[in-house]
Amino acid sequence: MTSMLLSLSKITKSYQTAEGPIQILKGIDLQLARTESVALTGESGSGKSTLLHLAGGLDRPDAGTIVVNGRDIGALDDSGRARYRRNEVGLVFQQFNLIPSLDVAANISFHAKLAGRFDPDWEHELMQQLGLSRLLARYPEQLSGGQQQRVAIGRTLAARPSLVLADEPTGNLDEATGDAVLDLMLSLSRSAGSALLLVTHSMRLADKLDRRVVLRGGRIVA
Amino acid sequence: MKQAAFLALLSHWRHRPLQLVTLILGITLATALWSGVQAINAEARASYARAASILEQNGLPQLLPRDGGSIPTAVFAKLRRAGWSVSPVIEGDYRFGPVRIRLIGVDPLTLPNEGPAFPISGSSEFVDFVHGGGQLVVSPATAVRLKDVAAMPLKVSGDIPDDAAFTDIGVADRLLNRRGALSRIVMAPEQRPDLPALETVAPELTRQSAGDRPDVARLTDSFHLNLTAFGFLAFVVGLFIVYSATGLAFEQRRATFRTLRSLGVSLRSLTAMLIIEITSFAFVSGLMGVVIGYFVASALLPGVAATLRGLYGASVPGALSLRPEWWLAGMAMAVAGTALSSVQSLWQVRRMPILTAAQPRAWARASATALQLQSLAGAILLGLAISMAWAGSGLASGFAVLGGLLLGSALLLPAFLSKSLQLAEGRSRKALTVWFWADTRLQLPGLSLALMALLLALAANIGVGTMVSSFRLTFLGWLDQRLAAELYVTARDEDEAARLRDWLPQHSNAVLPIWSIEGNILGDQLQIFGVADDSTYRDHWPLIGGTAGVWDRVAEGQGALVNEQLWRGKGVQPGQTITLPGEWPVAVVGVYSDYGNPRGQVIVGLDALVRHYPNVPKLRYGIRVDPAAAADLKRQIVQEFGLPGSNVVEQDSLKRQSRAVFEQTFAVTGALNVLTLAVAGFAMFASLLTLSGIRLPQLAPVWAMGLRRRDLALLEIARTLALWLATFVAAIPVGLALAWVLLAIVNVEAFGWKLPMTIFPADWLRLGAVALVAAVLSVLLPVRRLATVNPADLLRVFANER
Ligand SMILES: Nc1ncnc2c1ncn2[C@@H]1O[C@H](COP(=O)(O)OP(=O)(O)OP(=O)(O)O)[C@@H](O)[C@H]1O
Ligand SMILES: [Mg+2]
Repeated sequence: MTSMLLSLSKITKSYQTAEGPIQILKGIDLQLARTESVALTGESGSGKSTLLHLAGGLDRPDAGTIVVNGRDIGALDDSGRARYRRNEVGLVFQQFNLIPSLDVAANISFHAKLAGRFDPDWEHELMQQLGLSRLLARYPEQLSGGQQQRVAIGRTLAARPSLVLADEPTGNLDEATGDAVLDLMLSLSRSAGSALLLVTHSMRLADKLDRRVVLRGGRIVA
Repeated sequence: MKQAAFLALLSHWRHRPLQLVTLILGITLATALWSGVQAINAEARASYARAASILEQNGLPQLLPRDGGSIPTAVFAKLRRAGWSVSPVIEGDYRFGPVRIRLIGVDPLTLPNEGPAFPISGSSEFVDFVHGGGQLVVSPATAVRLKDVAAMPLKVSGDIPDDAAFTDIGVADRLLNRRGALSRIVMAPEQRPDLPALETVAPELTRQSAGDRPDVARLTDSFHLNLTAFGFLAFVVGLFIVYSATGLAFEQRRATFRTLRSLGVSLRSLTAMLIIEITSFAFVSGLMGVVIGYFVASALLPGVAATLRGLYGASVPGALSLRPEWWLAGMAMAVAGTALSSVQSLWQVRRMPILTAAQPRAWARASATALQLQSLAGAILLGLAISMAWAGSGLASGFAVLGGLLLGSALLLPAFLSKSLQLAEGRSRKALTVWFWADTRLQLPGLSLALMALLLALAANIGVGTMVSSFRLTFLGWLDQRLAAELYVTARDEDEAARLRDWLPQHSNAVLPIWSIEGNILGDQLQIFGVADDSTYRDHWPLIGGTAGVWDRVAEGQGALVNEQLWRGKGVQPGQTITLPGEWPVAVVGVYSDYGNPRGQVIVGLDALVRHYPNVPKLRYGIRVDPAAAADLKRQIVQEFGLPGSNVVEQDSLKRQSRAVFEQTFAVTGALNVLTLAVAGFAMFASLLTLSGIRLPQLAPVWAMGLRRRDLALLEIARTLALWLATFVAAIPVGLALAWVLLAIVNVEAFGWKLPMTIFPADWLRLGAVALVAAVLSVLLPVRRLATVNPADLLRVFANER
């Protein structure tokens, strides 16, 4: 068990709505080993994003435990969870990942510097691999969607988090670009030594990862 | 259909009540300050006009004594006999116990009908007026003050200015002890054509034609211009608020606009609805603004009235009357201002295509070219201001310099802040600080209007504060010099004065007569004082320029001193010879400062004054004694002569009164300063609130990377404070420049005196602290929202719902 990087057990989560509370997650058990890559799939509205947010310390579950690196992050207070996000996870979303006021170079090194793990050589390699070297002085609004997502991936991996959580990072991209970006993300997160939990709708993309799990009816079914 | 569409548009405000409040308050505040100031001006102008028409009868041509003295009854009789249609006037100050009023004695039988309507009608009233016991016609306010002290029947008339009383000429003659000496003679505008010329009948008189504008109105012009400038400044700052509030409301309703149009609402009816909406807001808040403005004006008016009395001797009532034209003007300003500040948003709606995805707000994004253009305009305005300060002259040019300076620096502010932030960003090492500065720069376009308003308010505060403090320092020093005698005594009549002249020398160190007459010098009616040859003057009198042996020449009757106003206003230089009334040429030997006096003044040796004008009233005296003995001596004088206590004044109380007048003078300015600052603070609040609505996408990534909402909130406060500090720092040189323009240009043109500028950094600190509190207050609500924002709202940023 302790060899597991992320371990979710009996997680439940419900939202208040106008029609009363609806339970989205009804007891999730899921484990990720170090450097393992797992695809999380499921119908729209099944709760994939919700689960990812819980694992990322962005939100709290109603019940259940979330253990990362042997520590229960469900027990952490606001500051503890902020520290957890800063030091142990990296998040990539579908959009609005970047800080609009900073240029590409500053965006990429931002998280690494916050976490105190800034490594110029590693960052240089990332920029080369992601093909960002010539965009460093641009601002997010001057980039295409694919370029923005590559910057977001570069920023996350530059900080070498032990766990990368990605919520449809290629959802806004065309198929070819999406494939290329995902391939890069997989190989680079391996070099960074990070585990990857990736939400996607695409079976084709899911097959590139070590393992695939499906969320249905509030539970992990496969 | 239309109704449904309109309701859909309006529903926006139900969801954003705070935005609605901001918009309404913006218009209300702008209108309130503007119309408040206008109300004060209108009241003052009306009272000048009233005073001029009734008191000075300036609607009629007049005859005045050439030498500034009085007119013997015989001269008047000669004119009547020659067929002139003229009427005599005797006027002067008179005391009923503690109440001093201007007594105007007229002859209702001969008063020309063309003049201002005289408030006596019907034969019974006429009989009361001319009846031997006498009757005083006074304003309601004066009647209240005189009720217990004047042993004469009073008749109240609304047309009479405060602190004045009309009475029959016989009564005035008796009360003022004139023995038939007339003050002036008013003429009917139409005279018989075959009259002998004035020069042959009465060569000792000069003719003054009917004036269209009262003197006091001209004198106080600059004061009212000042008030107007302040009111306008506040109005503009208020419009900044309206501008940002409407901009946001339109931006947030883009989707609604688009939906309505795709549902078949034409662009024309959409625009019409928006115009109706904004106009109704303008009406409602304009109305509130005018009402509040009325109260602001009522609160300020007593202070203004005191100022005008202290500075110019102009009498303005302390209560406000309601004028319909002023209500209309206030409403019109509110509607016009609102229209002006929403025209850009309306224009954008008209150009908005039906089908494009919602764009990020264009007006919040920095447009580099716009910033450059704005800075260029600012630099040009500053340049113009500087060259005009250098080359221009006149009050109008002084105010143009002020306007150019303020507007130019305000326009330059965003570029200055942007550069400073860039500099700070370049010097930062830590990721978070780099982000902090960069993100602050991103907020600049949305905040720059509010910051410009803040700069204007701060600079106005520093500038006017520096002027007032410099003035206070100079004025107090000058008072010490000017009021050197320990006691000031005024005799009730010439006999008593003669007895005082005998008695006083044995009981004091020196007796300094303060005798003066009025007369025409260089075309203006001025005061001429005589001074004794005494060390008091040699040691203390505040000379600002003069030739060697000034006081010897004055004592010998060879030289005269002129005050600064005469020196600057008429260009009278030391060494020059001027002609005093009665063809008396004297050489100007020096210039002295004479703050607070709107008119020119001349000082000559006492003996020479008496020699040339034997009839000069000899009632007032300054007395030098050991300061410790002053109170004793006062008691003695009161006992010995039975003088009322108010006729013997100690130096201390005189200084106290002068200081009180001074403080009162600038109380209004201070109040307007504070109000302007408050409006600027509110503008800041409105902008921050506006921005906080669009901040989430900018802040969410930073939050996701491990910053607490609390940290973000703290940084948000720090950001506001950094911008506030930079603006404050920029405001100091602007404020000092403003003070310099006020002291060295506007004051000289408006009042005729120049003051040395003194800098009071402690005052800036106090102002800074007040502005700081305003800045913190303005950011409190937006930050509280941020600190408690629901994580779900932050997460929604990343979901594909946007
Ligand atoms: N803040 C919230 N308040 C109420 N309901 C919410 C909230 N956030 C999510 N939900 C609901 O919870 C359910 C799961 O949402 P979630 O975003 O996790 O789904 P998802 O699996 O990521 O869907 P998609 O594939 O479309 O992204 C949905 O029905 C959604 O409407
Ligand atoms: Mg999702």
